[in-house]
Amino acid sequence: MDVTVLSRIQFALTAGFHYLFPPLSIGLSLMIVIMEGIYMKTKDPAHKKLTMFWIRIFALSFALGVATGLVQLFAFGNNWSFFSRFVGNVFGSALAAEGVFAFFLEAGFIGLMLFGWNRVRPTLHYFSSICVAFGAHFSATWIVAANSWMQTPAGYKIVGEGDEARAVLTDFWGMIFNPSFLDRLTHVLIGCWLTGAFMVISISAYYFLKKKHTDFARMSMKLGLIVAMVMALLQLVSADSTARGVAKDQPAKLAAMEGVFKTQEGTAMNLIGWVDTANQSVHAVQLPGLLSFLVYRSAKTPIIGLDHFPKEDWPMVSSLFQVYHLMIYMWGGMFLGALLGFILWARKKFEKSKWIHRYLVLSAIFPFIANEAGWFTAEMGRQPWVVYNVMRTSQGVSRSLDAGQVMGSLIMFSVIYIFLFSLFIFLLDRKIKGGPEEEKERGDLVYSDPYPKGAT
Amino acid sequence: MEEAFQFIWYLIIGVSVTFYTVLDGFDLGVGCLHPFARGDQERRLMLNAIGPVWDGNEVWLIIVFGGMFVGFPPVYATICSAFYGLIMILIAGLMMRAVSIEFRSKQRSPRWRAFWDGMFSAGSYVIAFTIGLVLGNLIIGIPLDHRGEFIGSFWGFFTPYTVLIGCMGVSVFMMHGAIYMLMKTEGKMHERVRHWVNPTIVIFVIFYIVATFVTLVFKEHMIELMHKIPYLFGVGILTLFFIACVPFFAYRKKDGTAFIFSSLSITFLVTLFGLGTYPNMVRSSVNEEINSLTLFNSGATLPTLKVVLIVAIIGVPLVLGYGYWVYRIFRGKVKLDEASY
Repeated sequence: MDVTVLSRIQFALTAGFHYLFPPLSIGLSLMIVIMEGIYMKTKDPAHKKLTMFWIRIFALSFALGVATGLVQLFAFGNNWSFFSRFVGNVFGSALAAEGVFAFFLEAGFIGLMLFGWNRVRPTLHYFSSICVAFGAHFSATWIVAANSWMQTPAGYKIVGEGDEARAVLTDFWGMIFNPSFLDRLTHVLIGCWLTGAFMVISISAYYFLKKKHTDFARMSMKLGLIVAMVMALLQLVSADSTARGVAKDQPAKLAAMEGVFKTQEGTAMNLIGWVDTANQSVHAVQLPGLLSFLVYRSAKTPIIGLDHFPKEDWPMVSSLFQVYHLMIYMWGGMFLGALLGFILWARKKFEKSKWIHRYLVLSAIFPFIANEAGWFTAEMGRQPWVVYNVMRTSQGVSRSLDAGQVMGSLIMFSVIYIFLFSLFIFLLDRKIKGGPEEEKERGDLVYSDPYPKGAT
Repeated sequence: MEEAFQFIWYLIIGVSVTFYTVLDGFDLGVGCLHPFARGDQERRLMLNAIGPVWDGNEVWLIIVFGGMFVGFPPVYATICSAFYGLIMILIAGLMMRAVSIEFRSKQRSPRWRAFWDGMFSAGSYVIAFTIGLVLGNLIIGIPLDHRGEFIGSFWGFFTPYTVLIGCMGVSVFMMHGAIYMLMKTEGKMHERVRHWVNPTIVIFVIFYIVATFVTLVFKEHMIELMHKIPYLFGVGILTLFFIACVPFFAYRKKDGTAFIFSSLSITFLVTLFGLGTYPNMVRSSVNEEINSLTLFNSGATLPTLKVVLIVAIIGVPLVLGYGYWVYRIFRGKVKLDEASY
């Protein structure tokens, strides 16, 4: 395999693994702000316990988010040095703003949020929780701005030629508010809130199932279901707007997502199926005219097909088709969970229905898969471009690397990530089983020193 | 005009490097000293002495690289791709260290804790040494082609001189960390920490003297600028003075003052590095005049620099403000409570 392919796999692995954690942190940070807000208002100790429990889960996710996020800081320069030289002027300013405005805010206040319970007044602690939540959201804002610029570049001009060419900033706000930014940011943030809500739902459902901490679970579940329901519906609106943006700005991406090879009237939407790339056809259960209707609000207007683009500008149609549809199925899973939960709750049958508890325990996994599938759709759909219609991915790669080096680092990341992921699951499991009443497990502990006495 | 902005941004990155080395310096040093603590209580005290602040300290590293990415894209691209193997080692160290701080005290099992203690400490050594090694290589220069792409090999980074700078990095952080722990501990542990201070100072001073001597004699380009502007030799003399002040005040149990001078020593070592390499940001050992990346030939353009300067002007006071606030809230001797690591 060549350096470009290996580097893409490595970026997909590191960014994909990293992205398990930020949505959870962002989503939970919102849940925590709500819970602590209720505590501030009611002064009810049960709500303090609730908040403290979710902060412990948040801390776990935050730590892994930081550890895996550091990789991304170097990733652009490591494997994509020509890309970095080309875009640094434009792209870097969003990243620098993220560092200065968001990371310091988070890093500064996370200490207070975790350790400050006895050090500062409750109002100040609540202020810290809000700052951490704001920092997490703000961080997502800059990153999505930078990535959206790669999808729909704006506010720049190109100076120089060949390897010396540079994208130069002409309009900062034009660059940040590029055509796809707001749609994609909304879509990403709602995805994060869903992740937080379903984590809360899932853990609460587990307690219902085990008949433990049910008072605690009732409070969490109610909040989780409300947030999940609202967000699942809002996500539909956002998805609609995002997809129409893609149709306008990245038509080849949309065509590949739905496997539209030929431009023709009344383009169908595929529910489930597969793409036969060799014969340029799709075998699927289709709803005729629906895609046209969704994009143009008219069942007739044709969607631009892949036949409008030279073959070397096509993304990988078959994989893109599948990850995109996977994301939609996951939304379906979430919506169903929230809806059934709501109905049962309203009819006061929720606590007796074991099957819904089982389903909701499982539901935590849906938003994670949806987030990953969504980003794979966005990024694979951008190929073969690293900056859409401006720079090809193969031009951006570092030329000082050989395949062996990248293979080496890829193996290193795989090993570390498998280790970290097992650890995350293990500790999450412990925290959940420990429950909100968790004894002071970190209490004093005497054990034999593993290092020889007198080692200095 | 553009050059002035590039120079300002260069200074900002220099200041960020200084903040990083001074702040993360002490918590890396605490990590290096961690194996010498006895028993779980002392280990936890050390972890919790840096608990609420290490994360914020590490953000300065993000600022350094983020600042380079936007202000000097070719420098960012070249450093990250040239030092590929070393940065992978650095990343592994940063990741393992971050999770070990977080996870160590989450289980009671002694084996669990011993494992993470080992990771925390090993990570700290690896990070401190790698940073020194990279700085050492930036002093002597690395082979670059005309586009700024690296044409050397991984093992080329390990020369006696660069390894020496790497070791000096570890030793200065250990001294810095020991003095930090003096400020944060009391009672029996405080007395034990006091015994760490002298050896760390002695080891650092030895590395410092050897490194200074070798640099003055064999790496003459590091003092070119000083020959042009003789006043700058004052920086070298001040560095020497600050380093001498560290044991002076540590011996008199003025721990806070010793820490200030230890911080100043690191600041001036970074300044000497900057003065020696100026105007190069990445010196090329091949075709030095043309292939080296200087702050002027690799700086970003004016519109970008203007934007990020505004970001810095708004952001930096905020950063310093709540940084100061967090340090204030967690000032004083470290005590364990139920929220501690």
